[in-house]
Amino acid sequence: MLILRYSIYRFITMLATLVVVSALVFFIMNLPPGDYLSNLIAELRATGQADGISKVEFLRVEYSLDQPLWKQYLIWMGFWPGPHGFSGIIQGDFGWSFEFDRPVAEIVGGALWLTVLVNVAAVLFVYLVALPLGVLAAAKSKTWVDYTSAFVGYLGLATPNFLLALILFYYGHKYLNLPIGGLMAPEFEGQPMSPEKIKSVLLHLIIPTFVIGTSGAAAMMQRLRANLLDELSKPYVDTARAKGVPPVKAILKYPFRVSLNPFVADIGNLLPSLVSGSVLVSVVLGLQTIGPALLTALKSQDQFLAGFILLFVAALTLVGTMISDVLLVLLDPRIRFGGRGK
Amino acid sequence: MTVLPNNHYVDDAPYDPDEDIKSLDRPDLDAPSWLLIWRKFKRHKLGLWSGIFLLVAYLSLPFVGFLVPYTPNERNADHLYAAPQMVRLFHEGSFIGPYVYPITAEADLENFRWNYVQDRENPARLEYFCEGDDYNFLGVFRADTHLFCAPEGATVFLWGADRLGRDIFSRIFYGAQLSLTVGLIGITVSFILGITIGGLAGYFGGRTDWGVQRVIEVLRSLPELPLWLALSAAVPSHWGPVAVFFVISIILGLLDWPGLARAVRSKFLALREEEFVRAAEMMGAKPNRIIRKHLLPNFASHLIASAMLSIPAMILGETALSFLGLGLRAPAVSWGVMLNDAQNLASIEIYPWTAIPMLPVIVVVLAFNFLGDGLRDSLDPYSDH
Repeated sequence: MLILRYSIYRFITMLATLVVVSALVFFIMNLPPGDYLSNLIAELRATGQADGISKVEFLRVEYSLDQPLWKQYLIWMGFWPGPHGFSGIIQGDFGWSFEFDRPVAEIVGGALWLTVLVNVAAVLFVYLVALPLGVLAAAKSKTWVDYTSAFVGYLGLATPNFLLALILFYYGHKYLNLPIGGLMAPEFEGQPMSPEKIKSVLLHLIIPTFVIGTSGAAAMMQRLRANLLDELSKPYVDTARAKGVPPVKAILKYPFRVSLNPFVADIGNLLPSLVSGSVLVSVVLGLQTIGPALLTALKSQDQFLAGFILLFVAALTLVGTMISDVLLVLLDPRIRFGGRGK
Repeated sequence: MTVLPNNHYVDDAPYDPDEDIKSLDRPDLDAPSWLLIWRKFKRHKLGLWSGIFLLVAYLSLPFVGFLVPYTPNERNADHLYAAPQMVRLFHEGSFIGPYVYPITAEADLENFRWNYVQDRENPARLEYFCEGDDYNFLGVFRADTHLFCAPEGATVFLWGADRLGRDIFSRIFYGAQLSLTVGLIGITVSFILGITIGGLAGYFGGRTDWGVQRVIEVLRSLPELPLWLALSAAVPSHWGPVAVFFVISIILGLLDWPGLARAVRSKFLALREEEFVRAAEMMGAKPNRIIRKHLLPNFASHLIASAMLSIPAMILGETALSFLGLGLRAPAVSWGVMLNDAQNLASIEIYPWTAIPMLPVIVVVLAFNFLGDGLRDSLDPYSDH
């Protein structure tokens, strides 16, 4: 029951945070002087296409851009009735993209799932790589295994993601015949799911996952190593060894399980950087996630599109963090029964 | 070793009753803590060398114009995408000093690219303290003396040339001026915000603390890059390169302070309860004096170490922003701007040297990481690690 109560509490705080974040995002989107429609009107005037202006004026009223800023925000979120009653993000109306002249929902539709897919794959990659390597580095600390993994980890932290992406892309294609560009072969776009399509997506995922996950995996590995080393220096491990417990069991039975705890807790730090990385890498590699759309929208001040994508990205990290917090409580009884705060 | 009649072993060395005290490194206990930190830091070889490297790099920034053979936007239309030239010492078996082979471009009409042919007959010896293009020395007066350059009729592109025939080696050095200082300005902004806000939260506690903590939580849960993108997209495009540079570094700092503020706050909360603080309070010290003289010095070194660890993120951030075209823009030269040229697969395949600016990024980021690690390990001079 405690867990249920904690989950509900966490869920409510997440929603509150999300509302604050949405206000922040809306504020940032309105920072640049002028907006897309004003720019468009100026451009139409300059080129003498005066008849186009009426349509733009219509759009301005339609999307309440003539209202004061705070009201615009409330209408955008769906807390305040716009020209067509309550119709904002919480009602499922994501607004209109002026740049693409289509509803935002249509533009980002499929991309949202691919974004989630890429990020989940990256998280899995981080765990799958960091877990064994971190344990190995701790178990063989101060040997070449440890130093090599530390070196590779540092290199992963220091290399700019986007270049790593380009280089791996090139060599992956040249030597391993991995596909280039996109998240699936062109013939599968817009097709329903089929085993071939899934296979194609998985093949295309290899390099992006690797690129996005490397730095996170490096950081995670170092932390796991440090935690495990702390645990291994405790007397109960010495006792276990002295009693003749085989070395593998002496590590995996208790020390490993204790050091796993921060591993789950850390996802709150990990997720924002992974999502950041996925946006950047998507732009470079032309993945059909929301990254490239975000860049276009930001460059042309397409505020509803950019705002929605920023909000979605934030929501993705917040939900991920919430799940990790709840998992942590499930995993560690000390947190569950220790009471929170106060 | 002497064996006594009762079979006990005795060391022949003279007995010194003070030895135990000496072995504790007695003088160390009286040494000022910065000396202890320095002694310990010296043992961290990787950190030490990284520190020296960074110091040299930063100190040479004002003299870049003199150190490199070309100026950053000097075009060389005859040498577009010229490949890196090797500096050699021995020509046909005899030592003639550092020289390069002059190269000439030949159009390859089949693949539509330039091929460069070395003229192996006429080695061009490098000249020193020679005249080249004008540059601003120390930002004050104009100078045209370069440490080394190629003789008349030859070129010295140590790391190749880019699509406009500009020397990549020289541009990397000029790019360092912006790419390296971005981190410094950003960290200054982040420090001021972090210490002020974290200090307020830690000192006043209560409602202020609660509010600050919620803000920190929100900011830390957001992915940085999309926010950086959004903020830099807000920079008007007609601003000059210098203004854009400052705004970008401030943006990088604006989103970095929460981590620092959190550290400052928790330190404040912990130290506030220490006995030496209470003693100072009882002796009538004002809060201002307590904070400056008693609290801050206790964790200033920790802050410096954490700053060293967050500068790389800013350097990488600038690189990423400029790479995407939302950060610095030409004619400004930074590593990110240069990498913008290496954005496509064609450059990686045909002109791999356009991606060379990646190396200084990696080296500098690694150096900051090692330096930060070294500092962090040596901050507690009384512990044995």
